[in-house]
Amino acid sequence: MLVGRDLSCVKRDRVLFNDLQIAIEPSQCWYIEGANGAGKTSLLRILAGLSHPTEGHIEWRGKLLRHQIDHFFQDMVYVGHKTGLNRQLSAIENVMYWSSLNQVEVKSIYDLLGQLGLTGLEDLPVGHLSEGQQRRVALTRLWIKRASLWILDEPYAALDVSGIALLNAKIDDFIEKGGSVVMTSHQEPELDSLIHRLVLAYQL
Amino acid sequence: MTSPLVSIAKRDLSLAFKQRSELLQPLVFCVLVVSLFPLGIGPGPATLQKISGGIIWVTAILSSLLGLERLFRDDFRDGWLEQVSLSGCSQSLAALVKVMMHWIMSFLPLLIISPLLALFLNMTYSMYFALLLTLLLGTPLISLVGSIAVALTVGLNKGGVLLALLLLPIFTPLLIFATSTVEAASLSLPYVGQLAIIGSMTLLALAFSPMATAFALKISQY
Repeated sequence: MLVGRDLSCVKRDRVLFNDLQIAIEPSQCWYIEGANGAGKTSLLRILAGLSHPTEGHIEWRGKLLRHQIDHFFQDMVYVGHKTGLNRQLSAIENVMYWSSLNQVEVKSIYDLLGQLGLTGLEDLPVGHLSEGQQRRVALTRLWIKRASLWILDEPYAALDVSGIALLNAKIDDFIEKGGSVVMTSHQEPELDSLIHRLVLAYQL
Repeated sequence: MTSPLVSIAKRDLSLAFKQRSELLQPLVFCVLVVSLFPLGIGPGPATLQKISGGIIWVTAILSSLLGLERLFRDDFRDGWLEQVSLSGCSQSLAALVKVMMHWIMSFLPLLIISPLLALFLNMTYSMYFALLLTLLLGTPLISLVGSIAVALTVGLNKGGVLLALLLLPIFTPLLIFATSTVEAASLSLPYVGQLAIIGSMTLLALAFSPMATAFALKISQY
């Protein structure tokens, strides 16, 4: 579905990775491992179409990604290191603005936030919530938007045990229904689905 | 369902209401600076009248630099701009909407209090009318060109001084034509020519700035 061929990335004269091949098929979960600074986030940003690889190219459903970037964006959810939440807006406002930006409809926003353990916090400015709660608000995107690919950069960061379990269940469900996930994490994901690994070595 | 661009505009509006104090800062700065001039130069009506156009324009430009960084800073830091670029809506139009909202929130209040500033500086009615026209035509240029510079420097930590260095030379022609408009008005001379030049600069910026801003933001996010 999403294929990266001969990818290489050079940042500040340092080669993060080169000749990297990755082929993400439906119902697959890819777990990208590597030390700090090994280029995990750079790889995810390249796969998400946010930046271009120094060399190589990316194909989406058999065609070059840059020729159909709009279709790709409609079919993909990216939750990055930065949450994309404004600290002064409430959880509801953040979710609503994001969903109308992406032209998706949210039916029962209170139920959704409640499901994610944010009952009673819907109207507070997001800046007043804890890190983990902010991460939960950002992860609502996975519930709201229909997509066939999720790109998650450190989705477990700051989440507590119940948050991790909730997210893992959601990922398992998504993969079972034919979706694919690419993620990085410093802790091993405990999923029921088969995990494909890609190890990025830190290169000097 | 609202369109993405409308939602961007609404989001900026509601944020502006939550950050009222930050929005008021440039405006208060403007009023303070203008009100200091009669004290510093002496309340001679003729002198004040002569330099009034220049004072108001210089303070308008300087005060705009104070709040310009707000345009993309927060959205860049919290990753909202990333989400906008992943939403598939036109990046240039999204940038244009943000610039328009910036103009509405920072220059419209200035236009509203401009009669007060004119009163401080003993402007005649015809001078004030010319000043109002230059502000209407010229301030969108500040927002439009400013957005390119903010987009370029948003990734830097201390972009503030660099921003002023980048922008002040570019605003010089605007300042020259705007003050010469007011001066012509004070001498009862026609000033359509100067206004036309300011207008053409703004239109040129309107044509290129959204594209350039979108591209600069893309580079900054790299």
